[in-house]
Amino acid sequence: MASENHAHHGPASLVTYIGTFLALMVLTVITVIAGFQNFGVWNTPIALGIAVTKAAMVVLIFMHAYHSSPVTKLVIVASVFFLVIMIGMTLSDYISRGWTL
Amino acid sequence: MSAINQSVHDHGHHKDLAHHFDSLEQQHDANTLGMWAFLLTEVLFFGALFAAYTVYRYKYPTVFEEASNQLDITLGAINTAILIGSSLTMALAVRCSQVGSQKWTGHWLILTILFGCGFLGVKYVEWKHDYDIKLMPGKNFFHWQYAKEAKKMHAHGGGHALPDPNKVPRDDDPELGVKARLESEQARLFFLLYFCMTSLHALHMLIGFGIIIVIAYHAYKGAYSPEYYTPVELIGLYWHFVDIVWIFLFPLLYLLGAHLGH
Repeated sequence: MASENHAHHGPASLVTYIGTFLALMVLTVITVIAGFQNFGVWNTPIALGIAVTKAAMVVLIFMHAYHSSPVTKLVIVASVFFLVIMIGMTLSDYISRGWTL
Repeated sequence: MSAINQSVHDHGHHKDLAHHFDSLEQQHDANTLGMWAFLLTEVLFFGALFAAYTVYRYKYPTVFEEASNQLDITLGAINTAILIGSSLTMALAVRCSQVGSQKWTGHWLILTILFGCGFLGVKYVEWKHDYDIKLMPGKNFFHWQYAKEAKKMHAHGGGHALPDPNKVPRDDDPELGVKARLESEQARLFFLLYFCMTSLHALHMLIGFGIIIVIAYHAYKGAYSPEYYTPVELIGLYWHFVDIVWIFLFPLLYLLGAHLGH
């Protein structure tokens, strides 16, 4: 009877979860291998790119963000937005001024 | 007793539905939203440390890479794998509560805690080693020349033997010059950030253990159902968040200087 109120998306399949887990493991191996190579200025963008990909998979699939309500999605985007503001603006200050720490 | 009798409260609504919500779905969405709002504050909480890390790494790129090379990439990678494994078991715990297999919800939650304990066990080994080679930040703990000497001995087949502290020059030894002293100060900053970030992360795991145990207990007692599994969903969100923090910590702390060769 209560289940008629429960219009949620059914649970994701086992294959989805195990596939996500395997993809995360493969990306971990790739990030370690990439870490031992020297791509010069690209070292950090590559490492962060892989980390962001992994995080996005965890958020969208394991944390069910893909099927969450629009307001929840807004909060998720807001958390990334404010993080980027905090780090980006702090760094822009240190890069553009002659600070000595 | 039929399933309907079990799930209906004595004044006509589902036993798990709080009075101020219209439906279980609305309640679930509101609770999930609240958890994400909490996680937003957590993102900024950890974000402040990541911001400090970014600034100082920008300022002292060379020493940060060398300092990062003191960390054990193998142990860091093993811990990454353990934590991703624990995220899978947590996702399966939530899934089992969605399909009504409460016993297995409990089992997967316990397995998640075991993975978490494995992670902290590895972390203990690492921290102990960092302490032994004097990488603990603090006036009377940190000794950068000693850590470098220990690494050199290890690379030359010295096994786990540690150098004699009396035979290693102090970081402020005038003969080493100003450059060595600055290098020591910058490396100490890296390890200050390393210990702050990894221990704040470990603290989150310990808090997670406590909550997971309570929820596993309720799952074994049969408190959840496919109509009402919100607490399992929320602890899942928390645990995956802790996993994500580590997904960023691992490359930023451990892999920073890997290309220099060990």
